[in-house]
Amino acid sequence: MYRYDEFDHTLVAERIGTFRRQVERRLSGDLTEDQFKPLRLMNGQYLQLHAYMLRVNIPYGCLSSRQLHQLAFIARRYDRNFGHFTTRQNIQYNWIKLDETPAVLAALAAVEMNAMQSSGNCVRNITADQFAGRARDEIEDPRPWCELIRQWSILHPEFSYLPRKFKIAVSGAPSDRAAVKLHDVGLYLRRNADGVIGFEVLVGGGQGRLPYVGHTIREWLAKDDLLSYLEAILRIYNLGGRRDNPQKARIKVQVNALGPDEFRRLVDEEWAQIRNSPLLAVPGAEIERITAYFADPAWEKLPDAPVAVAGQRKSDPAFDAWYRANVVEHRAPGYAIVNLSLKAPGIAPGDLTADQMDQVAELADRFSLGELRVSHRQNLVFPDVRQTDLRALWQELQKLSLATPNIGKLTDIIACPGLDFCALANTRAIPVAQDIGRHFSDLAVLQDIGELTINISGCMNACGHHHVGHIGILGVEKNGEEFFQLTLGGSSAEDASLGDRLGRSIPAAEVPVAIEAIVCRYKALRQVDERFLDTYRRVGIEPFKEAVYGNSPQRRQAVA
Amino acid sequence: MGLIREGRLVPDPFTDASGLESLPVGVPLIVSLEQWQLHRDALLAAGQPLGLCLKSDQPPRLVAADLRHFSVVALEFPKYRDGRAYTHARMLRERFQFSGEVRAVGDVLQEQLHFMQRCGFDAFDVVAPDPEKAWRTIAGDHTAWYQATGDGRSRALDLRKGTGP
Repeated sequence: MYRYDEFDHTLVAERIGTFRRQVERRLSGDLTEDQFKPLRLMNGQYLQLHAYMLRVNIPYGCLSSRQLHQLAFIARRYDRNFGHFTTRQNIQYNWIKLDETPAVLAALAAVEMNAMQSSGNCVRNITADQFAGRARDEIEDPRPWCELIRQWSILHPEFSYLPRKFKIAVSGAPSDRAAVKLHDVGLYLRRNADGVIGFEVLVGGGQGRLPYVGHTIREWLAKDDLLSYLEAILRIYNLGGRRDNPQKARIKVQVNALGPDEFRRLVDEEWAQIRNSPLLAVPGAEIERITAYFADPAWEKLPDAPVAVAGQRKSDPAFDAWYRANVVEHRAPGYAIVNLSLKAPGIAPGDLTADQMDQVAELADRFSLGELRVSHRQNLVFPDVRQTDLRALWQELQKLSLATPNIGKLTDIIACPGLDFCALANTRAIPVAQDIGRHFSDLAVLQDIGELTINISGCMNACGHHHVGHIGILGVEKNGEEFFQLTLGGSSAEDASLGDRLGRSIPAAEVPVAIEAIVCRYKALRQVDERFLDTYRRVGIEPFKEAVYGNSPQRRQAVA
Repeated sequence: MGLIREGRLVPDPFTDASGLESLPVGVPLIVSLEQWQLHRDALLAAGQPLGLCLKSDQPPRLVAADLRHFSVVALEFPKYRDGRAYTHARMLRERFQFSGEVRAVGDVLQEQLHFMQRCGFDAFDVVAPDPEKAWRTIAGDHTAWYQATGDGRSRALDLRKGTGP
C-alpha cells in the first residue's frame, strides 16, 4: 500500500489546520453558512437531515487493518458505533459534530487517511477495481496511476472550484469492476498495436438525473502524457462547463452538447500547448517510487487448487456455495480473493458496526496479510487469502454475518442512504433493500437465479446507481407517498448500458413481488447459462412488462 | 479601499472605469473589455497607465495581442465558487507571458488566496474587514503542494527525487 512521506503528511496536516480555523470562523459567525458550505464540502462534510455527515476517502479502495481499526475507533468515539461504505470507495459517518470534525480528521491523518475533496465541486476520490494487483485478468495494476492522479488532483490550484464534482475511475483489467464508463473521466489500461501499455480515455459518463455512458475520446494515451491530458480535459471543462444550473453543470452535459468529436478537438488543441510542459511531466523516478509501494507482497510458494479444498467443498455444501459465490481467482498460485458480503438479509447495504470493523481488521491480519479492499458494490474484499485457509476464514466470517454467499447475486444490492439519512432523497431506499433481502433469503433460489444486480436510489440523483442495475429501482414521491420505478437492462461493467423504464411506479410493499415476477419470467425464458441481463437483451422488455403489470394498458403506462 | 500586494494593504492608483459613460483622462484607468474595444485608439492616444478588467466568461486570449498595453489585468470572481479566473490567470502568466499585475477582484475570500497566488495573481481585492489580518492568517497555511504551476514553486513530485519505500 502507498505510505505517506513527509510531503503527504505535511500537506494533510496543513489542510486540517486550515479547516480547523475555518470551523472556528464559522462557529464565531465570521463566515456565513453560505460561505462555509463549499469549504466544509471540500473537507468531506455534508449537512444531512439530522446531523453533519463526514465522508472519508479510501483511496482506490485500499485499506489496511490498522486503518480499519482506526475507523472503528472513530465510529465509537465520534459517531454512533457504525459507518457506511458507499459506492465510491468512501466510508461515511452520519452523526459527526461540526466542532469535533477537525479532531476526526487528525485521527484519520494519524493512519494516513483523509477526507479531502470527498465532496464539493472538485476532483473526488479516485476509484479503481477492488481486485487491483490481484486479478488474473489484469493487464497492469492501476493503483500507482491512481495514486499519481490522486496527488495531482489534491488541492489543485486551478481546479478546486469546478462547475461541479468530478469523478475519475481507473481499471487495469478488461472486466470492468469499477464502473469506468459511468465516470466523468474513465481510464482503462490498454495495450496498443505495438503491445505498449497506455490508457484508453473516456469522458462524459455519469448517472444522476441525466445518465450517460462515457465516450472514448482517445483510444490510447501514452503514460507519460497522462497528467497533461487530464489537465487539458479539466481546463476545457473548467472554462466551458455550465455554471448557470447545477443540474447541467457536469462534464457529461458539456460533452453531449458539443458532441464528443468537438470536445475531443478542444481537448487536443489545449493539450498540444501543454503536452511538453515540464510542469506536467511525470518523472520516471516518481512513478518507480510510487509503484514500489504496490509491489507484490511476499506470497508463499503454494500449489494451486489444493485437493484438500476440493474435498472440503464436496463434503460441505454451505462452504461450497460460499466459495462459488464469494471467492475469486487470484493471480498467485495457492491464493484466493475473498469477498465479504455486507448484504446479509435485513442489513442496510454497506453498513458495518465498530465491533465488526475491529473483528474484520483482526481477520485481515490473520488471513489476508493485513490488507483489505472496498468495492463500489459496497462490499469488502480480502485480497490475499491462502486457499487452504478459506474454510477457516469462512467460519469466522459467518460469526460476523459477513459470509452471505450472494456476491453479484440478486440480494447483493447497492442502495443509497435514502430518506433515512439524506437531505436530498424523497424515499427510503434501505427498507426496500431489506425487504428484497428477506424475500429472497433462500440461498438455493439465489444460486439458481445467478448473476443479477439490483441497485436502488432514493431519488433522481441516482447515488444508488439504479440506471445501471440489471434491475434498477428508483424512489419517487407521489402525493406524499413512496413509489418505486423499476428499470431493466442496465449495466456498469464493460458492456455498460442504461436501464429501460419498465412501466408505472409501484408502492414499496409491491416491490419484492414485482421482482419475483421478473425473476420467474426470466427463468422461464433463459437459455442455458444465460444471465438475466443477456436474456433481457435478447427478448426485450415486453415479456417483463406483462409479468409485472399483466395486460392492463392502464397499469403499464409509464409515469413521467 | 486598497489592495493586498506582497502581504501589505497598499493604495490602488487605478480608477475603475466600469459603468462610467465618459472615460477620465490623465489618471490610471481600469477599463472593461467592452470599453477597450470601443475606445482603444483614444485610450492609447491619451497615454495614461491602463488596466483591463475581464469578466469570468472573457478569456484572456480575446485580447492576447493587446496585453502589452496594460500594466494591470483584473480578473473578476462574480461568486467565489466560479473558478474560471484561476485558468485565466495561468493563461496570462504561462501562455501569454503577461508580466504586469494580475489582480483578483469581486468575491475574493481569504480562503482562496493560496490558490490564486499559485495561479499567478499578485494583487488581491480581499473581501474582509481587515485584509492585512486576513492575509496574515492564511499566509503559513500551505507549504507543501503536489502540483507545479508557473509560479516557480517545486512540487512534491520533483522534490522527492525518487526516495521510495
